[in-house]
Amino acid sequence: MKKEMIKTAFLRTLPVMAGYMVLGIGFGITLENNGYGIWWALAMSGLIYAGSMQYVAIPLLTSGASLISTAFTTLMVNARHLFYGISMIDKYKGAGNKKPYMIFALTDETYSLVCQEDCPEGMDYHTLCLFISIFNQMYWVTGSVLGSLLGAVIPFDTTGVDFSMTALFVTVFVEQWLSTKNHIPAVLGLLSSAICLIVFGQEHFLIPSMIAITVLMAVLRKIIEKEEEKNA
Amino acid sequence: MLDIHSVLIVGVASAVTILLRFLPFFIFGEKKTPEFLDYLGKFLQYAIMAMLVVYCLKGVTFASAVSWIPSAVGVIVVAALHVWKRNTLLSIVGGTICYMVMVQGIF
Repeated sequence: MKKEMIKTAFLRTLPVMAGYMVLGIGFGITLENNGYGIWWALAMSGLIYAGSMQYVAIPLLTSGASLISTAFTTLMVNARHLFYGISMIDKYKGAGNKKPYMIFALTDETYSLVCQEDCPEGMDYHTLCLFISIFNQMYWVTGSVLGSLLGAVIPFDTTGVDFSMTALFVTVFVEQWLSTKNHIPAVLGLLSSAICLIVFGQEHFLIPSMIAITVLMAVLRKIIEKEEEKNA
Repeated sequence: MLDIHSVLIVGVASAVTILLRFLPFFIFGEKKTPEFLDYLGKFLQYAIMAMLVVYCLKGVTFASAVSWIPSAVGVIVVAALHVWKRNTLLSIVGGTICYMVMVQGIF
């Protein structure tokens, strides 16, 4: 049974393996090229374990940013994790001693795999989520260590490899779009963030976007739920 | 020589990330969550992904062709590949290679 569960978790994480290896390698190479070697890659991917924040942390490291501005930057870049937490509170209830790691490892991609609460019959959903979380972090750590080693050996031109992060989110967005007929939340998210980007600028738009999305979701609740019933 | 300030930067980034991830669970724990949060839990994911796409593209400007064409083509290639094959690996790798060729070779 356990073997079956590990297999299921592995198969589900294959797409993330692809993304995380590419992104992790890109991160490791960039880090190495900025003078931070394999132990830094290992420590950051093990302890921070947040893709975009780790990319953002590189200029903070090289410029010797203050701890206060590091804390604020992390807060801004990672505030979206509050959203994931809010939507997983109920689903992760009763996970027991697996819960702390599952919460720690709740990245964008892990979230996108566990949020559907889709679990084969007879399998424990929380244990499955735990294995999915472990696999994903393994890919990320392996990728960044590999990138660090590659960056030291082959200095090939990696300009543009960071686009894989954009590609990953576009892929998940398209996948979600194709798997539901209720497009109101997606359109609402797109418009709110685009407008906030124009109004507040690229440094400060994330938090206003999250506020706008939450407020609009509250205001449009009846319409969104009605749309969902119509398509059910 | 170990660079202490860099260690502290990594430590702070880690601590703040962990705090953000745990906060909602600390507040609501194993209690019954408010109904509104259940609703958000169901529909927020679609809006979040849209926001992440915008977040990744935030640096794109329309000052010259060089500054926006590679990103625009990259996104279109990823989306088209995904609608066509629905293979995550193919969509990500295909779009990224396409983007890299453009920024390194053409522009």
